[in-house]
Amino acid sequence: MAAERSSASARRARLVGRAFIYGTLVLLALLYLMPLWVMVVTSLKSLDEVYAGSFIGLPRALTLEAWEKAWATACIGTECGGLRPYFVNSILMTVPAVVISTAIGAMNGYILTKWRFRGANLIFGLMLFACFLPFQAVILPMAQVLGRLGLAGTIAGLVFVHSVYGITFTTLFFRNYFVTIPDELTKAAQIDGAGFFRIFFAIMLPAALPIVVVSSIWQFTQIWNDFLFGVSFTSGASSPVTVALNNIVNVTMGRKQYNVDMAAAMIAAVPTLVVYVVAGRYFVRGLTAGAVKG
Amino acid sequence: MRRAPSFRDRLARRLPQLVLSPSLVVVFIGVYLFIAWTGWVSVSSSRMLPRYDFVGLEQYGRLWATPRWQTAVTNLFIFTALFLAVTIALGLLIAILLDQRIRAEGFLRTIYLYPMALSFIVTGTAWKWVMNPTLGVQKVMNDLGWDSFVFDWITRPEFAIYCIVIAAVWQSTGFAMAIFLAGLRGIDNSIIKAAQIEGAGLPRIYWSIIVPMLRPALLSVVVLLSYISIKSFDLVLALTNAGPGSATEMPSTFMFSATFRRNQMGVGAASAIMMLMAVAAIFVPYLYSELREDRHGR
Repeated sequence: MAAERSSASARRARLVGRAFIYGTLVLLALLYLMPLWVMVVTSLKSLDEVYAGSFIGLPRALTLEAWEKAWATACIGTECGGLRPYFVNSILMTVPAVVISTAIGAMNGYILTKWRFRGANLIFGLMLFACFLPFQAVILPMAQVLGRLGLAGTIAGLVFVHSVYGITFTTLFFRNYFVTIPDELTKAAQIDGAGFFRIFFAIMLPAALPIVVVSSIWQFTQIWNDFLFGVSFTSGASSPVTVALNNIVNVTMGRKQYNVDMAAAMIAAVPTLVVYVVAGRYFVRGLTAGAVKG
Repeated sequence: MRRAPSFRDRLARRLPQLVLSPSLVVVFIGVYLFIAWTGWVSVSSSRMLPRYDFVGLEQYGRLWATPRWQTAVTNLFIFTALFLAVTIALGLLIAILLDQRIRAEGFLRTIYLYPMALSFIVTGTAWKWVMNPTLGVQKVMNDLGWDSFVFDWITRPEFAIYCIVIAAVWQSTGFAMAIFLAGLRGIDNSIIKAAQIEGAGLPRIYWSIIVPMLRPALLSVVVLLSYISIKSFDLVLALTNAGPGSATEMPSTFMFSATFRRNQMGVGAASAIMMLMAVAAIFVPYLYSELREDRHGR
């Protein structure tokens, strides 16, 4: 009798506990979704409806007007061509920089783990510290150097800068991954007569596919989302999309077009959001790689 | 009889170092030489253009006498303290709740983490709209019947910094959660079972046994969040543009405007070096201990 009652109350306590857990998690999830929700619904409303004070509700009349405007006709400075050219700039900047930094990082990681030489650890330490460099400490000289190289204010200049500072991260990723591949594998290949490049392309690279994905996604997100380099080294027509977005939002003339602002923010966010939704698992691995030592 | 190694052999032996060297040179120049270069500018009289003379610590004196910089440093402390405390508390709470064999765990995790995939400019733009005093959250609350609800922090100099904290917490909680969750998954379940048999309740078990075991994860989170907060630049620009006035100036925004907008290159360089020193003070001991553990630990 007593045992029965205590098991019933234990069950009730468990139930309350579960309810608390799920309730808190769902509430927090709604809170975290709220800004995205607001961005999306605002971008689908007409400006009049926005000013009529509907903030969180669904649009009464669905319109893509704000998206069209943000993409093709919104004014950035004196140019009124929308975000499109800047979006293209961001693609032209991000894709080569991701490929270059990942390729070089893979090679570096391979060398630092499988062809160890004296000082390799020191080199790795110097690279590791560089991962956490506050870029403010280097933008002044970099601006000078880009000017001398004739790359100031160009997309090529941004590709160069992102590749240089991306190498440190990609090297870290690949080094930590290749460390877990047994040395016997490369030793055996060496005895069989395989050379430096052969081992890399035939053995290491095929084994490293997951980390290639992690590194590419990490670099893509970082470079696409960069603002500091974009705003420091470019102006006007060669800016990446983040800089253009900031300029659209900070237009002070006339009635503020909040729906266009939100559509523009969504356009800038879509590529990285898509990557995150499609390959979230790899994204999280990249995120935690910096924290969990290899 | 041994044959002297041919050029080919020697090249083959040096090949790894040769392939590595361009990256080394580039990183060495782009990071360490450039830091030295910035350091040099910071002890010169540079204003609009770099000038390579030597004026000692004059620019540092000027920097610390600038009220804007003092505001920036104060803000950095307020921001870092609040940002770390709230992000860690929320991240830990979510991680612990998610670790209770939850249905749809993957789905929920995706929701908490998606802000990390966004640019700070997007985050700032979104939150600026959410916190809009006439049309944003305040209006929603007023319409719901809570007439006295006021949320105009973003327009008030003494409160605007907290708006940046809110947006930054929103963006980074998922990151803290992911690291704590990885830490929790590494803890043996039998510890919890054993404590339960002893009669301890779950909250107590977590507070006095599990959370202390998460210390390595906590250290990583503290270090990486501090780094985010020292270099946070885009979020401040997008959300408040360092205003109202200069109320939400941060070291990063100060550095940028001094260097590129106000023709005070020397002062800007000095502020960049101060930021670098702050980061180094956090990271050098951290990386050193991590690498040392590596060597002894295995």
